Amino acid sequence: MLEFLENPILQITFRSLQISGTATLLSVLWGLPLGIAIGMRSFPGKPLVKGVFNALLGMPTVALGLILYLLFSKSGALGFLSFFPSTQAIIIGQSILITPIIISLATNAIESVDPEINDLARTLGASNTEASIAVLREAIGSVLLAIIASFNRAIAELGVALAVGANLRGNTQVLTTVIAMEVNRGNIEYSIQLTIILLMIVFAITIFTNLLRRRIK
Amino acid sequence: MQRNHIIWIVAPILIVIVSIAGTLYYAVGNSRRKLIISTTTSLYDTGLFDTIEDHFEEKYPVDLYVISVGTGLAISHAERGDVDLILVHAPQKELAFLERGFGTSRKIIAYNFFAIVGPESDPAGIMDLTPNQALLKIVEYGRAQGVKWVSRGDDSGTHTKEKGMWTDAGLNWTSMREEDWYIEAGTGMGKTLQVADNLDAYTLADMGTFLKYKKDEIISLRTLVTQGEELLNVYSVIAGNMTRHPHLNYDDAITFIKFLISDEGQEIIYNFAKQDYGQSLFYPAVNLLRQNTDPELVQWIMNYSFFEGHECPPEYWGNHPELYP
Repeated sequence: MLEFLENPILQITFRSLQISGTATLLSVLWGLPLGIAIGMRSFPGKPLVKGVFNALLGMPTVALGLILYLLFSKSGALGFLSFFPSTQAIIIGQSILITPIIISLATNAIESVDPEINDLARTLGASNTEASIAVLREAIGSVLLAIIASFNRAIAELGVALAVGANLRGNTQVLTTVIAMEVNRGNIEYSIQLTIILLMIVFAITIFTNLLRRRIK
Repeated sequence: MQRNHIIWIVAPILIVIVSIAGTLYYAVGNSRRKLIISTTTSLYDTGLFDTIEDHFEEKYPVDLYVISVGTGLAISHAERGDVDLILVHAPQKELAFLERGFGTSRKIIAYNFFAIVGPESDPAGIMDLTPNQALLKIVEYGRAQGVKWVSRGDDSGTHTKEKGMWTDAGLNWTSMREEDWYIEAGTGMGKTLQVADNLDAYTLADMGTFLKYKKDEIISLRTLVTQGEELLNVYSVIAGNMTRHPHLNYDDAITFIKFLISDEGQEIIYNFAKQDYGQSLFYPAVNLLRQNTDPELVQWIMNYSFFEGHECPPEYWGNHPELYP
């Protein structure tokens, strides 16, 4: 009955979704509050903070992968965690990779909301959190887009997954690493199948989000 | 005011829960022992390692975690303590690795021959020459007519072999790599073959990857020089050294080495993909060396990959001298 779950393509696809989904969840958990905070407040050095996160948007995945490998390697500072090679290491790496996307796009989304909404909420007696929620509600469409952009970046990246996951069969293989490996092995057809799956995931999620945004608006 | 703090309390708790759940999932899902291996790409990309893994995991309560990289990176993984075992094919690097004290219990498991491959038209006319003559011709035609040579350029076992072959042919690789006809791909065997194919160039190929690409009609290159001691390719397995990295899974590494050199392991190597290609991609070396069934070939293997007459000098035997009867 559940034999189809043994199918390697399905397993790899589920693992990709699970890893990049968890990474997105984690980066939303810490990135969204931070993005909202930066967006709603003005403080000295704010342009600098925003500039740093904007710069990190372009973090090359090979660079991040190398840094994380050196950290997680047994001889590295975090070697005691035994995270190389593992799916956790990929999750951590991808969430670091996409946190700047969440923060930057959330900050921009919040800043583009009319500041009067914040003031209005407060005059009506809202607390800080309630005012934040009111602003967030206005920006929800853009924030959703930020989350999806992050997820797509995570599921489509190769550098981190290869460097700290090492493409272990039945263990840390994700769509991108298997595509790269199968091309090396000369299995072009199999690579194309996986590429189509990857593209379908990315497109489907993007379309779904666009529909959702329209309904919210 | 109270509610303001809720998010800062809930968020970290959720993060902790997710992290712990993930770690537990990982730990519980893998109750079997773990043996981490870095292997040279030719053994992995041909699919041989998948077959070995299936047989081994069926027999022992050990999960193999196989990382496919070039010999250079495999050795650096082992030196950093990231892997329990390596499978490599670059004897000089292996010796240096042993001498630096990071490896023990080296065993030669298999051999095959590299091939010099090139375009069907063979512009330099190297067909059936000896490897040294062929390389000299390629240089001559490269300099005169721009016939290209594509090098792996990635510090892999194959790349190490190529550099050694240039030196043996009396050429200076370091100055040659600056010349126009000499192209460094800096990538794996498969990509290198594709680059050579597109440029109508020559290259040094391991037979496993070449036959696979040829059979699938990804490339139209053909083998031109396949005979000669210079083309010998020897694969060995080396366990990491517990005295340098105490956390290593040395016991299972030895079990795996014993499996590879057992009759069963050697059969798997010999029979792998034999039907698909009409020839073995890798030939077992253990009985050949033990029984000296082909003295000339054994002499070649000893010249190329033994260190002072040993496949593993006694000071690197570790706790398992029985591997060297």
